[in-house]
Amino acid sequence: MSFDYDKYLRPGKLPHIWCPGCGHGIVMKGLIRAMDTLKLKKEETAIVSGIGCASRLPGYIDCCTLHTAHGRAAAFATGVKMARPEMNVILCGGDGDGTAIGGNHFIHACRRNIDMTYIIMNNYIYGMTGGQFSPCTPTGHKASTTPYGNPDPNFDIAKLAIGAGATFVARGTAFHANQIDKLIVEAIQHKGFSVVEILDDCPTTYGRRNKYKSVIEMMNRLKDVAVPVKAAEKMTAEQLQGKVLTGVLYKEDKPEYIAEYAKVIERAKAAK
Amino acid sequence: MEKKLPKIEIIEKYCKGCHICVEFCPKDVLEMKGFYASVKNLEACISCMQCELRCPDFAIKVITE
Ligand SMILES: Cc1ncc(C[n+]2csc(CCOP(=O)(O)OP(=O)(O)O)c2C)c(N)n1
Ligand code: SF4
Ligand code: SF4
Ligand code: SF4
Ligand SMILES: [Mg+2]
Repeated sequence: MSFDYDKYLRPGKLPHIWCPGCGHGIVMKGLIRAMDTLKLKKEETAIVSGIGCASRLPGYIDCCTLHTAHGRAAAFATGVKMARPEMNVILCGGDGDGTAIGGNHFIHACRRNIDMTYIIMNNYIYGMTGGQFSPCTPTGHKASTTPYGNPDPNFDIAKLAIGAGATFVARGTAFHANQIDKLIVEAIQHKGFSVVEILDDCPTTYGRRNKYKSVIEMMNRLKDVAVPVKAAEKMTAEQLQGKVLTGVLYKEDKPEYIAEYAKVIERAKAAK
Repeated sequence: MEKKLPKIEIIEKYCKGCHICVEFCPKDVLEMKGFYASVKNLEACISCMQCELRCPDFAIKVITE
């Protein structure tokens, strides 16, 4: 058997707009496999995004989708979930969308612990607009707006999510395609706000400027830096230098927002 | 026992020639032919699905029984 992606794709939309080798397509396929594993019904699933190359993803998937304003996926998604708590709400977008203009919405969605899943495709750059640096561009790396190297320290998205209160945080990479759907499945099953960061590649605006000769070199880098959390337990600090942990990084059971909000409604009704 | 070989289908109208499937096939089954990926040595294929999983463009299918 070959996996049948067509059943979750809107007909006639391929080829997609992403550049050759862009990892966003690999992530989208992972999401589709996760939807299939969980047998998510199209009419009970909403995918909500902001703006950017990564945020184009919902346009290809045949379910309820919302392509909103830059950085605002969390706000719109919260509205969907509050109005229709029975829906599976999945957010997706890029590092720029989620941690720059949408950083505020991101941290507060984490803090609220509302039962949604956020897939953030971190390619360390504003891909769509030509490669300006994002809060995730590593220090010293080049972007169109930092041609002599980025002086800023970069965010660690997973740590940011944990610090802000997300109750499920995982990380994968576009190279480790087989793991992407498994992380997304666990994230969707978790009751609370789940964040899945996928380290991604943008050969067009980031790779080129940062001396990656090809998308293959970018994929090899993802392969080399990723260390599964379990394997990391047996490694020394020295061995972990320059590595990035992958897998489920954090999981906690905490009161979920929709359930807590329902209690407020009950209290308010009783007060009359 | 004879190994069952899959059928590998490359959908050229979706393939963007990124080389990912070719480079990361553990058995060197695929090659680039002009712009597109193409099957070079099907006999060596172990149906690991890595090429299908990693293709960003839905352009390669490994059809096993
Ligand atoms: C309010 C507003 N400001 C700026 C933009 C321009 N803009 C479009 S996409 C984007 C950045 C996208 O980067 P990211 O979210 O990392 O996605 P990528 O393209 O890298 O996948 C920016 C700044 C916009 N569309 N709207
Ligand atoms: S510009 Fe970068 S992020 Fe956008 S589609 Fe091309 S490779 Fe992907
Ligand atoms: S299934 Fe595995 S062995 Fe066969 S062509 Fe694809 S990557 Fe190579
Ligand atoms: S990975 Fe997909 S798009 Fe890239 S060369 Fe292979 S078949 Fe073509
Ligand atoms: Mg980006």
